[in-house]
Amino acid sequence: MEAAAFLENPEGPMSDIPDPVVERNKTETVASFEHHSRGALDRVQHFLHRFPTMVPVIVLVLSVIAFGLISPNFFSAFNLSLILQQVAVVGTLAAAQSLVILTAGIDLSVGAVMVMVSVIMGKLSVDFGIPVPIAIVIGLVVGAGTGALNGALVTRLKLPPFITTLGTWNIFLALNYYLSNRETIRSQTLDAEAPLLKLFGERFNLGGAVLTYGVVLMLLVFAVLWYALYQTAWGRRVYAVGDDPEAAALAGIQTKRVLMSVYVVAGVICALAAWSSIGRVGSVSPTSFFEANLESITAVVIGGISLFGGRGSILGPLIGALIVGVFNSGLRLAGVDVLWQLFATGWLIIVAVAIDQWIRKISS
Amino acid sequence: MTEPLLYARNLVKRYGRVTAMDHADFDLYPGEILAVIGDNGAGKSSLIKALSGAVQPDEGEIRLDGQPVAFASPLEARKAGIETVYQTLALSPALSISDNMFMGREIQRQGFMGKWFGMLDKPAMEAFSRQKLSELGLMTIQNISQPVETLSGGQRQGVAVARAAAFGSRVIILDEPTAALGVKESRRVLDLILDVRSRGIPIVLISHNMPHVFEVADRIHIHRLGRRLCVINPKEHTMSDAVAYMTGAKVPEVLAA
Repeated sequence: MEAAAFLENPEGPMSDIPDPVVERNKTETVASFEHHSRGALDRVQHFLHRFPTMVPVIVLVLSVIAFGLISPNFFSAFNLSLILQQVAVVGTLAAAQSLVILTAGIDLSVGAVMVMVSVIMGKLSVDFGIPVPIAIVIGLVVGAGTGALNGALVTRLKLPPFITTLGTWNIFLALNYYLSNRETIRSQTLDAEAPLLKLFGERFNLGGAVLTYGVVLMLLVFAVLWYALYQTAWGRRVYAVGDDPEAAALAGIQTKRVLMSVYVVAGVICALAAWSSIGRVGSVSPTSFFEANLESITAVVIGGISLFGGRGSILGPLIGALIVGVFNSGLRLAGVDVLWQLFATGWLIIVAVAIDQWIRKISS
Repeated sequence: MTEPLLYARNLVKRYGRVTAMDHADFDLYPGEILAVIGDNGAGKSSLIKALSGAVQPDEGEIRLDGQPVAFASPLEARKAGIETVYQTLALSPALSISDNMFMGREIQRQGFMGKWFGMLDKPAMEAFSRQKLSELGLMTIQNISQPVETLSGGQRQGVAVARAAAFGSRVIILDEPTAALGVKESRRVLDLILDVRSRGIPIVLISHNMPHVFEVADRIHIHRLGRRLCVINPKEHTMSDAVAYMTGAKVPEVLAA
């Protein structure tokens, strides 16, 4: 209703032009578009509409302060860096998930792709004696292939992404059990035969903070995606396709090609997350990260990316993943039962989606 | 007499047993506003889609500037200089005015970053968008990076027309540009249309609004039963004549102007 009042406001720029030919020359000078006054709530809505990532940023800052006051240990560089380590894998997956959700899709298969690719990387290196770098490249290609399969089903057969990836989730999970024979490749075996696979678990010191290369990888993935989405034509097209696919097609975008590229890139990022997950867990386990796909969606939603596509910043899911990490760590340090972590995460999701709906009302 | 810029003869399009275009003709002369009117189902939109590349006719020929053309897609028509403003506008609401202006034909930076990393030249795109909007007197829109969805209906129409005018070097096709607008905003868009013509680009205007058609059109193409019934001069005919021809209540004396 605030938005409607704003658009119909008689002080609006379209209505004060009785004779456009005469007025036209006057309006060359800089005139403020939003000069009429609005209510405070209205202004908040418009501010969040312009900067949707501010919601998760505020939540993150407030929760860090709150948990810091509750438990003194929380603020230590060690604990804060531990949170980063804990969210590195899910955060990387959330980057892949963000791309798909920006196109108004959803990818339920990201977790299964990640585990399957980690099994492939491990098996090829350990059981088949393939040089580790080549096994990693094969893993990345398989990741791209899984994305291509999802993308082809969505664009060629026109299946809804939810159903497509619900199907491929099960398929990849089954393949994962088949390929791994449900056996874990132990940490010692990896150390002896394929130490490169554990690269992203290695730690380094940064002024009291202990980071892993997995954290660096996650930050790099987000940085590259930020560049691609905001500074290249491809990124603008991803947003356009997610926002209104018909309008994008009429404006000359080859929407199927854009969608396909999004799923393939998401698949490759899942494969990178797979490599990172081996370092994080220390072994290759076909039963690990069972909830990773849902956790990645949680991070994206809390991060303020709209499930309806085309809206939200790619940096939001990074913050969303950190919020979940901060809640988990903070509540644990405060000695709260684990179930309340789930409880808190649940409310965060609902509040985040409610805020998104409210912000979107501006356009109606 | 000058040659028509866009010319079509004997266009036929069948969908199963339905004949949407039955040997339709079309002429657009340089520098004019040609209104296309017709009852619902008369085949106006099929004709327009054939001209804008969205539909491929089964028979007939289309010439642009005397050269035969056959557009396989709207993209090809665009490349040939025919821009269409659809009734739905084809804008991405969450993206900025500048992003929308350049959707599908973004400008990349010169040099290394543009060539190897596909970096967009945002300042150039924004400057161009600002220039095009102010040329059309739309600079009450100040913030070129504001999302299109925060604009009023008339301003959105203005952005869509500005985009077509900026890139449509030969012909601009406007499909029902005032259908969704209030009185004042319609006024503004009609002025915009006259403005575009004054810069020498001919316009095809599809509209149901007779007062608007009679106000701005130089000639009126009346479409009936899948073909061109006649072309009338709005100064020599009344609106009720046009409606009567359109609906078949009256047969025009001259069958082609």
